[in-house]
Amino acid sequence: MKLTEIKELLDAEVITGANRLEDDFQEVCSADLMSDVLAFATPGTILVTGLTNVQSVITAHVAEVGAIIYIRGKHPEEDAIKLAKQKNLPLLASPLSMFEACGRLYAKGLKSGSNTPK
Amino acid sequence: MEDEVLFFQEFSIMGKDFSNAGTVSTQIKAILKEIGFDPVIVRRAAIAAYEAEMNVVMYADRGVVRLRVTPHKINIELEDEGQGIEDIELAMQEGYSTATPEMREMGFGAGMGLPNIKRNSDEFEITSERGKGTRLNIVINAR
Ligand SMILES: Nc1ncnc2c1ncn2[C@@H]1O[C@H](COP(=O)(O)OP(=O)(O)O)[C@@H](O)[C@H]1O
Ligand SMILES: [Mg+2]
Repeated sequence: MKLTEIKELLDAEVITGANRLEDDFQEVCSADLMSDVLAFATPGTILVTGLTNVQSVITAHVAEVGAIIYIRGKHPEEDAIKLAKQKNLPLLASPLSMFEACGRLYAKGLKSGSNTPK
Repeated sequence: MEDEVLFFQEFSIMGKDFSNAGTVSTQIKAILKEIGFDPVIVRRAAIAAYEAEMNVVMYADRGVVRLRVTPHKINIELEDEGQGIEDIELAMQEGYSTATPEMREMGFGAGMGLPNIKRNSDEFEITSERGKGTRLNIVINAR
């Protein structure tokens, strides 16, 4: 699913990465614990999170997460936005809850971007 | 010339310096990518380095990171001065953590760091002396 469609689906605002709205994503991982992302996220996944600090962007960069969606109307902190711009990482902010955001993505056929043992 | 060092750099980390936490690993990632390692290898090295760097920031006073690259291996050595780890076997267990609520709020402190560093390494050594510091030696083989 293209990032532009995901933006519409989640009523999201694009904070950075407006040049990457045509990027296609198949997987989603949701976590507030960055160690979970570092341990289980698959490269290229979308990360849905409520963690808005710079660590969210560093983690995404290190783990090769393709885009971050912040939920519940939270906005990433200034240094997070700055680093995301440098790394050309798309950041979106959605007013939806974690459940609602992930539920909508799941219903559209996106798959788990998390390698946790079944 | 198996062990010819292609690249060496030393970095320093300050304990409790949360605003710069992650900068060393980000640099290491950029260097390894630039050298031209397989992206899977670069990702593993960056993940291991980042968890290890966060541990120095969270639990130690100061540390150094030495990145040594040979044609066959990426070696990341971290040496810190600080409280050290009393029981390494316990610290290596998934879920064991002495992180504070502040650290948890930053997204760390799930007790997954050391096990994940080990999982991403081909060779992994950890030694520690209580009240002195901790040393990690991480080796990732280039394929
Ligand atoms: N460099 C270090 N110096 C002192 N203690 C450490 C260090 N690294 C890890 N520890 C101890 O080991 C525990 C487990 O570490 P880790 O697996 O990374 O989990 P977490 O950082 O989430 O607590 C930490 O909570 C801490 O008590
Ligand atoms: Mg840790």
